[in-house]
Amino acid sequence: MTYNRNFEYTRYLDNVEEMKKAHQVLAEYKFTPSHPEKGYCNRLLHIDLSARKISERKIDQKTKDIFTGGRGFGLKYLWEAIKPNTRWSDPENAIIISPGPIGGITQYPGSGKSLVVSLSPVTNIPIDSNVGGYFGPLMKFSGFDALMVQGKSKDDVIVVLDGVAGRVTIERAPLEAVDSHVAAEQFTHEYAENQEDRRNVSVVSAGKAAEHALIGCLNFSYYDVRRQACRLKQAGRGGIGTVFRNKKIKALIVHGPKVKGDSNHPVDPGRVAQAGIRLHKEMHDYDNKMCTMRKVGTTNIVDVMDAYDLLPTKNFQYGSHPETPKIGKKVWEEYFTQGVPDGCWYGCSMSCAHGVDGYVLKTGPYKGHKVIVDGPEYENAAGLGSNCGIFDPDWIVECNFYCDTYGIDTISYGTLCAFVMECYDRGILNQERTGGLDLSWGNGQAQLEMLHQMARGEGFGAQYAGQGVARMKLMFAQNGWGDPQFLNDIACEGKGLEQSEYMSKESLAQQGGYYLTNKGPQHDEAWLIFMDMVNNQIPTFENKAEALYYFPMFRTWFGLNGLCKLPWNDIEPGDNRSKYPPTEAAKVPEHVQNYVDIFSGVTGREITKEELIRMSERVYQFQRVFDLRMGKGTRKFDLPPYRAMGPVTKEEYESRQERYDKQLKEWMDIDPATRSIEEKIALHRKYRTERYQKLVDAVYKRRGWTSNGIPTLETLRRNGIDFPEVVATVLPHLSEGEAREARAAYSTGGSDRPKVGKPKASPNKPKAKAVKKKTSARKPAGKVKTKKKVAATKTASRTIKTAKRTKANTPRKPAPRKISKSVKVKPSSRKPSHKKPGRKGPARRTETKRAGKRSSAKTSRKVARKVVGRR
Amino acid sequence: MKYLKTNPAQCKGVRACEKICARTFFKTEDPEKSAIRVIQAEGGFEINVCNQCGECIEVCPVEAIYRNQQGVVMINKSKCVGCYICVGYCPTLSMKTHPDLREPFKCVACGACVKACPEKALEIAEK
Ligand code: SF4
Ligand code: SF4
Repeated sequence: MTYNRNFEYTRYLDNVEEMKKAHQVLAEYKFTPSHPEKGYCNRLLHIDLSARKISERKIDQKTKDIFTGGRGFGLKYLWEAIKPNTRWSDPENAIIISPGPIGGITQYPGSGKSLVVSLSPVTNIPIDSNVGGYFGPLMKFSGFDALMVQGKSKDDVIVVLDGVAGRVTIERAPLEAVDSHVAAEQFTHEYAENQEDRRNVSVVSAGKAAEHALIGCLNFSYYDVRRQACRLKQAGRGGIGTVFRNKKIKALIVHGPKVKGDSNHPVDPGRVAQAGIRLHKEMHDYDNKMCTMRKVGTTNIVDVMDAYDLLPTKNFQYGSHPETPKIGKKVWEEYFTQGVPDGCWYGCSMSCAHGVDGYVLKTGPYKGHKVIVDGPEYENAAGLGSNCGIFDPDWIVECNFYCDTYGIDTISYGTLCAFVMECYDRGILNQERTGGLDLSWGNGQAQLEMLHQMARGEGFGAQYAGQGVARMKLMFAQNGWGDPQFLNDIACEGKGLEQSEYMSKESLAQQGGYYLTNKGPQHDEAWLIFMDMVNNQIPTFENKAEALYYFPMFRTWFGLNGLCKLPWNDIEPGDNRSKYPPTEAAKVPEHVQNYVDIFSGVTGREITKEELIRMSERVYQFQRVFDLRMGKGTRKFDLPPYRAMGPVTKEEYESRQERYDKQLKEWMDIDPATRSIEEKIALHRKYRTERYQKLVDAVYKRRGWTSNGIPTLETLRRNGIDFPEVVATVLPHLSEGEAREARAAYSTGGSDRPKVGKPKASPNKPKAKAVKKKTSARKPAGKVKTKKKVAATKTASRTIKTAKRTKANTPRKPAPRKISKSVKVKPSSRKPSHKKPGRKGPARRTETKRAGKRSSAKTSRKVARKVVGRR
Repeated sequence: MKYLKTNPAQCKGVRACEKICARTFFKTEDPEKSAIRVIQAEGGFEINVCNQCGECIEVCPVEAIYRNQQGVVMINKSKCVGCYICVGYCPTLSMKTHPDLREPFKCVACGACVKACPEKALEIAEK
């Protein structure tokens, strides 16, 4: 089926004028619009929905030095906004949107991202989500580096930021839709002055299902000038859409000034431009031979994942399926409209934000409507598709559409759907328990119906599925449905967040990449499957630990600056692989240099590649302490379900019997012929869980954490984040020696010895002093809510135990031991943890020369596997 | 379709075209602000200038590039967001930028250089 160039859609504009007339302004704030200077406006816009109060705050230099922007700002302001006992639905929980200093430049691909931070309903720790669309940049060009919304409204309101008129309002808007594809269109038309002006309007919204489910997402819109339609990009993970609807926000709307190439006012526009043009050229020359992002976006790896037995299939049991070609790259090339610029912000020549145009919906309240579907991306094809045994692209497209417009995170939805389908398959669920839903593998119709239930707030969809995997497994167990241990094993979540759509079973490093994360198993921290399993470039524990230090730190930087990760390594300079050794090449050094150039060129603050990592680490370590502050952030929360580590069931074992038998021999020196399948599964389990614990030891050591996963005092100091509240948070968990030292340094002594709760004067980090945490002076509010902690957060611990873990798992007690002693790793004596026999690394590309005239780029070899899989 | 036809074999490297182009559009003789460039090559000169192929039209995210009635590819500066995708995607690398300028620039086949070239290496032609 081809939908090419069919830009006709059902419109929802009949009564927009009346709708706008029905608005009632509840609060108004006038401000002086300003453009950023050197990437910063130095202003934060604060909205208090409870008090209907709008105000602005200054962002000072120290805050910029330590937290940079974007996710860093979000975490800092969230920390100040909430208390350790705050729950996601409390009014003080905040939603903070910030694009970072680079965000909004138009020359470098992937520079228009907004970072959204909030206290997550699913994890109860901070969540950060990276999203395209124009909101962040337009907000910045109106005068604000960040928008922070707190409080709760009694009934639905919108917040309108007009950066042209210099006016912010909270308004009642009773008539517009809640569902995002309609809301975005209606509000865009209401607030744009004319057709040309529509691209200067962006709308943030969630949808109906975000009111009833914990896995709500936010949609950030932009106006697509060719399609003359609104497009939606999602801040998907962690349920921020749920917080948004819980605060009764119908939409946040920005109307910004016209965007020009210098709107971000960089110090050195030429330097920024040169980096951008270099990348545009690479895209022109190599994208077709590397990832074909411009044609199919991230779906380019569906087939590759399948070929490597890594495509999550039927709840992460298997890694491939004969029907994968039905949802493979070729199919999506047909579905996606080709040859249209599809960047989620100006200047993205990677242009991965594809859409299925003129799709006619088959189900639900919009049945029969002709719509544009944003996506699917790889995660949706794999999560909603193969992981649920669904290989019909139409169902994937349909489910993708409804997830978006209803405000549901497609990744969580895919993973939870896979989970309930497996439960159904194994008799843990049945039609009686699901209220009639036939959740057999492959039933796309049922997958959709469960989603519609979520939107209607009824049935199994709202009562169970919408609560997410972590809560469902507990509810099922409480109902006596299934064995709790087994449910634990197959529920692919960590810290409460559903795992995204890669198979980590055969890659130890990726198990760490998923479960040693700050926010839960999302692949944006580290994607090491190919480096580890396929190419065997990081064989030892130390190698893996180094990768699990460098990549999460490096990738955090995108979120500080308003950048997209994809243009970093889903395109490479043509000679990247021949010029640099493999582990260096994986970092794409010349692109890292581009980032150094654009940051320095925008802000005028000259940085190096090393400083780039330090910038990230400050925020990363801060976020880890934040997790601890909210009751997680210790070792026991860093453990994967066994499904993510190895074969849980007989069928899984059998699907890879040859591989697993060979590992028994090689790793454990056991003759597989002498053991039953059950014994072999148990042996693997023991080996693999112990091996994971050794990885944890190595990673903690590399990250400067205690064996319980707590950043040491030294780590905090090194990063200049030893603020009193931060130190006070880790203090009960530190070794006796460190705790004594901390107490001496922070709570006793004369004027130069800082106290807990007061800024400290650090001898080597003077700047730490000035960034006071406002909360440090704040007393817990009188009426602390004693809302019941949701069950899942209490019982998130897993049942898998090893001697080592039991010892290590005594959180919230000072660990009276030296870290160096407790980390016993003998990596070099181990065999490489994974070998992929018969697989070669990605073929190399050769550089294309382009002099004067450009001939069509040639490669000397076929690039079969290309830059694949580096999400 | 009107375009600037070049005959590099005639070119002697006088660079009068670069000067007049920069002067006509930017009131300077800085060759970096010229839409036509003369490049020293083995045994002579190459002339790099837009041939009005129009490949940039499709890649512009904001539809700022269009073909005028004579077929010449033009940039609408008011729509342009200065992303330079057109620069990286030009098959002959003839879309130009300069740090002083927010928007890119290109040859609009005005013919000023044709008159300035003493070697008759340039002409306005149709294709
Ligand atoms: S690569 Fe894709 S997601 Fe990233 S900025 Fe470009 S269009 Fe957006
Ligand atoms: S630089 Fe201007 S004309 Fe060129 S592609 Fe970007 S917006 Fe279009």
